[in-house]
Formats: sequence, C-alpha cells, structure tokens
Amino acid sequence: MGNYILELHNLTKRFPGVTALDQVQFQLKPGEIHALVGENGAGKSTLIKIITGVYQPDQGQILLNGEPVSFAGPINAQQAGIAAIYQDPTTFVELSIAENVFMGHPILHPKSKRINWQAMHNTTKKLLQELELDIDPDTPMKFLNVAERQLIEIAKALSLHSKILIMDEPTSALTIQETKRLFDIINRLRASGVAIVFISHRLDEVFELADRVTVLRDGKYIGTHNINEVTVDKVIQMMVGRPMHEMYPKTTIEPGPELFRVENLTRHGDFFNISFSLRRGEILGIAGLVGAGRTELAEAIFGITRFNQGTIWLDQKELKVRSPHDALSAGIAYLPEDRQRCGLVLPMNIASNVTLSILETFKYRLLNKPQECLIAQQFVDKLDIRTSGIMQLVRNLSGGNQQKVVLAKWMATKPRVLILDEPTKGIDVQAKTAVYGLINNLAAEGLGIILISSELPEVICMSDRILVMHEGEIAAEFERGQVTQEQILQAAIGRRQLEADVS
Amino acid sequence: MSRLVRRWEFILVVLLVAVFIIMSRLSPWFLDVRNLFDATLHFTEKAIIALCMTMIVITGNVDLSVASNMAMSAAVMGVAFRSGMSIGAAAGLCLLVGTLGGLFNGIVITRFKLPAMVVTLASFSLFRGIAYVLLGNQAVTGYPYQFSDLGQGYFAGTIIPNQLVFFAVLAVIFGFILHKTTFGRYIYAIGNNEDACRYSGVPVDRIKLILFTVSGLISSFAAVLLTSRILSTRPNIAQGFELEVITAVVLGGVSISGGSGTMIGVVLSLFLIGFTRFGMSLLNVPAQVMTVLIGCLLIFAILLPKLLDKFAQKSSRSA
Amino acid sequence: MVQLTPQKRQLLLRTVTRRETSLLIFTLALIIAVSIHSPRFFSVTNFNDILLNAAILAIASIGQMMVVITGGIDLSVGSGLALSGMLVGLIYKNDYALNPFLALLLGALIGLALGSINGLLVSKAGVPPIIATLGTMSIYRGLIFIISKGKWVSAHEMPDMFIHLARGHILGIPNLIFITIFFYGIFFYFLTHLKSGREIYAVGGNAEAARIAGINVDRIKYAVYTMSGFLYGLCGVLWVSRFASAQSDSATGFEFSTVTAIVIGGVSVFGGTGRITGVLIGAILISIVENALSVTQISPFWQLAIQGFIILLAVVMDAVMKNRDRKTVVRGQQV
Repeated sequence: MGNYILELHNLTKRFPGVTALDQVQFQLKPGEIHALVGENGAGKSTLIKIITGVYQPDQGQILLNGEPVSFAGPINAQQAGIAAIYQDPTTFVELSIAENVFMGHPILHPKSKRINWQAMHNTTKKLLQELELDIDPDTPMKFLNVAERQLIEIAKALSLHSKILIMDEPTSALTIQETKRLFDIINRLRASGVAIVFISHRLDEVFELADRVTVLRDGKYIGTHNINEVTVDKVIQMMVGRPMHEMYPKTTIEPGPELFRVENLTRHGDFFNISFSLRRGEILGIAGLVGAGRTELAEAIFGITRFNQGTIWLDQKELKVRSPHDALSAGIAYLPEDRQRCGLVLPMNIASNVTLSILETFKYRLLNKPQECLIAQQFVDKLDIRTSGIMQLVRNLSGGNQQKVVLAKWMATKPRVLILDEPTKGIDVQAKTAVYGLINNLAAEGLGIILISSELPEVICMSDRILVMHEGEIAAEFERGQVTQEQILQAAIGRRQLEADVS
Repeated sequence: MSRLVRRWEFILVVLLVAVFIIMSRLSPWFLDVRNLFDATLHFTEKAIIALCMTMIVITGNVDLSVASNMAMSAAVMGVAFRSGMSIGAAAGLCLLVGTLGGLFNGIVITRFKLPAMVVTLASFSLFRGIAYVLLGNQAVTGYPYQFSDLGQGYFAGTIIPNQLVFFAVLAVIFGFILHKTTFGRYIYAIGNNEDACRYSGVPVDRIKLILFTVSGLISSFAAVLLTSRILSTRPNIAQGFELEVITAVVLGGVSISGGSGTMIGVVLSLFLIGFTRFGMSLLNVPAQVMTVLIGCLLIFAILLPKLLDKFAQKSSRSA
Repeated sequence: MVQLTPQKRQLLLRTVTRRETSLLIFTLALIIAVSIHSPRFFSVTNFNDILLNAAILAIASIGQMMVVITGGIDLSVGSGLALSGMLVGLIYKNDYALNPFLALLLGALIGLALGSINGLLVSKAGVPPIIATLGTMSIYRGLIFIISKGKWVSAHEMPDMFIHLARGHILGIPNLIFITIFFYGIFFYFLTHLKSGREIYAVGGNAEAARIAGINVDRIKYAVYTMSGFLYGLCGVLWVSRFASAQSDSATGFEFSTVTAIVIGGVSVFGGTGRITGVLIGAILISIVENALSVTQISPFWQLAIQGFIILLAVVMDAVMKNRDRKTVVRGQQV
C-alpha cells in the first residue's frame, strides 16, 4: 500500500471513566474520500479532535507523510495542512466573509505589514466563485445561512491550502440541493489531490461519495473496506455489532385510547401545521434530519418556546402551556437532547437531580432529606443506576448512568406523556439496551411516548408508528413493521417531494 | 467538594481568632465587649445587604446597584421628610422605592435575558444619579431624635446594638431559606446549570426576579438604618458599599461564577473584615489604606481557589 | 477601495454607517434645539469648550472600547487616570522641572503598568474582568489618598510650561485637539489595518473560534487592558494639566462616562463589534449634553442619571437587535 498522507497507529485516548479510543488504526491516502462511520459514542469525534490537535493521544502514533508528528494544539495541525469543518460552523458573525476566511492568517502588505484588504477581497471572491457562491466577500457573516456558512468554512480551508480536510456531518443541516452542490465541490477537491475524511450518519451519502470506509464501535477499530467491496447491511452490522432484534427488545403492547393530540401546530420558521395523536402505551417515533424541526417542535410542546398557531390536547382537554412548569404539572415531560447542558446539574448529587422537578410538592416547601433520599434510592434501584450512592455527584457518573438519572427525574414527576429527544445519544451499548427496556416498561404502564431519534434502527425497531419530518413538516407516516431505513431516509431528505416536482 | 467548603470556613475561623489575638496585643481597647459590639455598627448595614447578595452570587449573578439603590431610596426618604411627611411614612416610602428599584433590575434582566452585571452596572449609575437629582449637593438633616434609636440604640437594655439584632434575625432567616428550603435548592441549581433548571420546570425567571427585588428591599432597609445612624442624608452615602459587600461574599467562600457557598461562611467573613477594620482604626490606620486592602482582598479571594485548583491539577498530573 | 455595486452600497449604508449617521443627525438636532432655547450655546467659544471637554474622554474611551470589544470591561479607568495624574503632579510639587512631554510619556507608562495588572488578572489568572477592575479601581483610588496624603497639587505648584500642555494652542487650534486627532489616527489604523487590531474583534466575537484560528486569546486580552492603561495614564497627565490641579477624587466615575461614550457610539456590550468613529461621536455627544445642561440651567446632577439611563437603553437595544439578527439567520435557513 504505502504512500499514506496520514496514518494513525494504535491510538488510545482515555477520559475519566471511559476509554474513548482503544488501539484505533486509520490511514488516509491523498486524493481519497475516506468515510468514518460509527454510532454515537463510537469515538469518531474523539478521533477527529486528535487529528486536529484539540486532544493529545495517551498512546499511539500519528504519521504525517510518513513522519511522526505530535500536535500541541489546533494551530499546529492547521500549519501542517489539516483543516476541519465542524457540524456547527465556528464563525465571527459580525465580521465580513473575507475576514472570516482569513482570520488568523491575513494577507499583509509585504513592507508595511498592513492588512491587504484588497487582496483578501479578491482572493475570497475567487474562492467563492470556485464554490459557486455568489455573495459579496464584504457581507457580514450574520446575513448568511447555515449552508453558506459551511461553504465559507471550506473556503477557509482552501485559503490555507490544506492537504487534509475533515468534514464532520457537513450535510446535517443542508437541503438536498445544497447537499448536491457540496458533493460536487468535495468531488472536485478530491480530483485536485486533497484527502478528505468524511463523517456522516447517512450511509447513502457514504456510499455515494466515499472511496473507502472505516468503522468504529465503542471506541474500537472494527475495519476498513473499499466501498465497492461492502454493502450497506454489512456496514450497519459492523457498526452495531449484532443482529438488530437483539439490540432493540421491543415488547408488543396493545395501545389504549387516545391520550394526547396536537393540531396544526405552527411556529414560523421552524415547523408548520403539525398534527398527530398519541395513544396510551404507544411509542411514536419521529425521524428526520438534524434541523428538520423535531427538537423545535418538542420544545414548543414542552413550553420552552412558544408556538404561533395550533392547539395541544391531553385527555380531550385543551392545554395552555406557557412554560415547562405548566407542561410538567399537566403531565408532559421532555428529555432534552443535550444531556449535560439541559438535562442535568452536573456538580450536584443524584438525589438533588432526581428531585429537582418535584421540589414544589415537598411539604411547606422545605427540604426533606429523608424523603429525598427515599425517592432517589427508589429510582436508583428501579433503573439500576450504577453508583456508589445517591450522594454521588452526577458529574462522576458514566454517560449511560447520567441518562438514567435524567429519566428518573422525569419518572418522578409521574408524567402521562414522555417526549424523548435522542435518548441514547453518546451512551454505550449496554446502557442503550437498558434505556430501551425502560422505555418499554413505561409504555406498558400506559404512558404515551414520543421518541425523537436520528438513529434509524432505533426508531424503526422501537416505535409503533413513525412520523418523518422534513423542513418543519410531516413528510410521511409509517406503521410498525412496514418500513425500511431507505423509505424513512427518502422522506427525510425530501426526495418524495423532489420526484413530485419532477413529474 | 463539601470538604473543601468546610475547610474554607475553618480557615475563616482561624483567621478570625488570629485577628482577635493580634489586635488585642496591639491595642488594649480591642478586647472590650462593649467596644466590639459597637464596632459592629460600622458594618451591619453592609452585612445585611450581603445576605441577599450571597444568594444572588450563588445563582451566578451579581447586583452592583445596591449602594446606589441605598442612596436613591434614602434620598427619596430625605425629600419626603423635608416636605413634611412623618418619619415613619418617609421610611415606608424609602422601602417602597428600594423595592421598586430592585424589581426594575429584575424585570430588565429577566425580560431581555441580559447579564445582571451589565444591567446593574447601568442602574448603579442611574440610581445614584437620581439621588443627586433629588438632593443636589445638599444634605437633609433634622431627623427626630427618636428615629436615631433604630440605628444607634441598643436592644432592650442590653449592650447589643439594635442593628446587630436585625442582622442576626435576618441572617437566620436567609440562612434557613438558602439551606433548608426548596427555594434555596433552586438557587444552587440555577447557579450550577441554569439551562437544566429551565428544562426541569424550575421557575428561573421568577426566582431571579424575587432575588433582585428582595435585594432592593433590603438595600433600602439598610438605607433606613444608615440614615438613622448618621441622622442625615446625602446623595453620596454608601459609596463603594457594593465593592465591600461583594468582597465579603467572595471571601466567605461563595464562588463568583455561582453554584457554591454557604451563609455561615459569609457571616464569618463579614465579621472578619469588620473586626479587622475596627482594629486598624484603633491603630489609626487611615480608611484609605483599608480601601486598598479590601480591593486586594477581593482579588486575592478570587485568585486563591483558582491557584489551589491549578496546584491540585499539577500535583495530580505528576502523581 | 473597490467599485460599489448598488447592492453593496446598500449593505454598506445599512451595516456600516447606520449608527454614525443617526448619531450625527441626533447630535445636530440636539445642537439646534439647545441653541434655540439658549442662543449663547451656539458660539465658537462654547463649541471650543465642548470639544476640549470631549477630548480627554474621547482618548480614554478608545481604551475602554478595545476592552469591551473583547467582551470585558475596565472599571479602573477613573482611578487609574487620577493615580497617574497625581504621581506626575507630585513630581512637579517636589520641584522637579520635568519636560511636559516627558511627563506625558511618564504618565502613559504609569498607566501602562496599572493596566497590565488588570491584563494579567484577567488573562492569566482568569478573574472576571468586572471583578478584577472593580478591585483595582478601589486599590488605585486608595493609593492616590495614600501617596498624596489627601492633599491637592494645585496650579501654583506646577510650571506654566506643563499647564500649557493641555491649554496651549498651535496655529489657533488647541493642543488637546491635536493630541486627540493623533491618537484617533493611530488607533483607527491599528483597529482597521493591522492583524492584532482585527484579532481584538475576533476574540470578542467568538473566543473559541479565535483560538481555533490560531489567535493567542490571552495575549490579546492582556494587550487591551494594557493599552487601556496606557491611554488613561496619558489622560491623567492631560487632566492635571487642563484643570491645573490634581486631587484625590479627580475623575471619580469617569469610567462610566467612557462606557456611556462607547455604547452610544455603537460598541456592543456583548463584544465583537464597534467602530472608533462612533466612539468619537459618542464622546462629543456626552460633552454636548453636559454643556447643554449647564447652559440651559438644568441641574448638572442629571448627568449621572442620564448616563445610567443611556447605558441601560443601549444594552436593551443591543439585546433586541441581537435577537432580531438571530431570527434573520434562522429564517434564512428555511429558504
């Protein structure tokens, strides 16, 4: 083989409590698109952060053009020709496009060391033309949308003459046309000899674009294949590591009468005319791409944000939800996607976290330590939270156990409807199975459950019914057992719409 | 973490004992019970404000407008009294104005989702300005002699100043609320992760609104006490109080970024600073030297935990 | 610079000059209104006065502006200014015949030292800016009392040459105006044409992204507080020269005037934006208001309240605008 531009040998990275990467291999050839796939928590982002110098590996070697290197920080990696484009672009919104492209390495007049605005303007203009972006380089960044900002990030990488370009879920917020344009650009970059590491959840994109694919699972290296030597199913199996039905122990529950209903829910710019109903004991999956409006919808139902039109009904009574507090007292709970930021108070102990949402039911609003401990202990036992005790700080728990604490907090409020937003994001396989078990139990107790997830196998196997959202609208609805990943993806990327447009 | 907090309060007690030993060596008048009680008069007004400030800082916010609010509400009281209102009614008006000032801060902060630091920095200037507009460079004097009993008198024939009694009662109430009620738990939770609290149905905005309103109320109560003690009102009263109050709170072990701290720590640090000041004044050290010391103390109190952290990290890395 | 397309010209109008033009219009309206009310406001000597009063504020505000653009604040401006002024004043009081320009340089260097303390606390020790500078504010103020023993340095203790520094004229134009123009020129060039100057904006706009772009964020933060110190140290000397006295309570609350000047001038308290031309107009506007209060016989004590109100208004407007910008972007996504 030989002739790799970048080689990673036996890379290991440990964080307190977890081994994020365990003896991982990765090789990158010049002029190839190399896809890096794996479930959430498989170690992709840790690997990227090591390549870009954000983290330093505990063990292992990085070879750049055959020479061992070590990056003390992102700047060193950048100078070595490695550029990364992250999911949410890191930009200076108040500054112009040209300045964003050249921030950190402006073009200077050779003698006076003055910034050469003219040259930066012209070069940026050229770069934007290459990317088929017809925007004035002096436009402030804040007037650009996400897709355009992502292209600006690529322009930045081009301005650095990067030889290695890492793209972390670059299509997650893009429409299908924007994605197509991005792919054209990526293909052109490959032709010019740039090596590209491409990370995506969407396997169809991986198969459309990549030359080779490397699979990670639970921080371990599973394998690398030429894309024409493998099938989608094979890659999924490598990612999941076991047949699907073992992974998702869905129990069949006969759904009861209608419990919850939303009608024509609309918030301008985020979601439009959303109507659906949910029965007791039913698990309703909501699939869709990042940015399709799923989280926005859930947050509006839960009262974090407001909606402009529509109604919410629980037990045939209309609800007025103005705050999460209202939602909770009505019996609606919402497990947010970002566990650490929105779900938990990390520096506090398990007991305080579990009781945070039911404090106002305490007598005279006084803290009652015995009562608190009793409640917390009950959930620790019931959910099998692995801990040294209920006074342990949540910060020191593993991701899966943290997620169980969040679930315990919501179960303590005795909800009727539970909305779960990416409930298994970033937790290991055992914990996932445990969380699925809990979801089943809750459904069996008669709760209505809304399961928002980007992991298609999860939605398909756990849900009784699946809604697919696309650009803020419900694009399709499927019954359990009558749908494939392919169909959901088609609906999620709006392909059905496109076909309709064509015909 | 609780071990560290305990250790911090332990350090404060040690420092307090050290101050007592050193000062009593340096000045024969220091260790006199009556003197010590009277010395508290010089800091109880700040101490009372520090109680609510403690809660605000634990939520990760800060109220820089407390001293200006004192000046504004005292000025209103002075003008009302000068125009013939009874002293009781004027004091009531003072409390009302202070409360409204705090409410105003709270509304702007929660309604526009602005950092408390910036908003109260603006009202720091605004409230003080209103005090100047009301009084110009004049002073209101001539308050009735009976009124002075509130701020200068002693509790029921003892040698304990009334002010100290007020402080003790309020400290117990605030300590109870912070440590024993669900409201107090919310305060800590907000300071540690405001977003998670919102997502957990904690009425974050209402709690902030309450805290800033109470901060205004308690500032104006301190203004009444101060007026009663010095029996005059000027627009420049209480200048720099906010600095000393924040210093005491931070020195008491409350993290400036929120989330941790105890009421007992703040009370200890209040007495530590107060008695140090008293001792220095016995030794004829000018007040300005104290100002410099307070400023140094504030920075030191914030630096120390950071340095300790760095040190702990280094030693754990080498281990 | 480059040929303007109509689209671009519109953009320029909207995003670049909006604050300055509306400020100028407001300023003119104010001048007209006050002049109608009291005609003696509208005179060359009065305008001269206004500009002279604005000069020191305008110079010190450059420093405050750079600090605020990085997302910080410098509350030690007033007391740092007074401290360096007092130190220079004491040199004259003790009969050293210091060259006025050396005095200016010395003051600036003292300020630089004071500012670098702030810079170290914020960048190296990670103390929140408002707390660090609140602390040094009272330390510097206390030091003035201590070194001066509470006494003034008054006019008769200073050589005429020194007083002439801020009060003199060259070709009929006051020295102070020259000095102000000089520093605005330098810092305009620095903030628009030099790498480090642009990096100040990057640090305030998105510190994490700045770090990824290879900018030494700590160094920039250290630098802005130090430059702020340099400028207020310089202003301290000018202040003593202009008012021919150094007092221990000089320039109390001056930091709020600088904050007011920059927020009026369009600097966002959230950091990342602000232009030096706006700050200059902001400083002049404050000076006009101050002057107008005295000319129209309104109590000068309104000044402080008005400042607080303006800061509050600017902050709230900033927050509302920020929300609107965010909504624009979100809507853009859907297109």
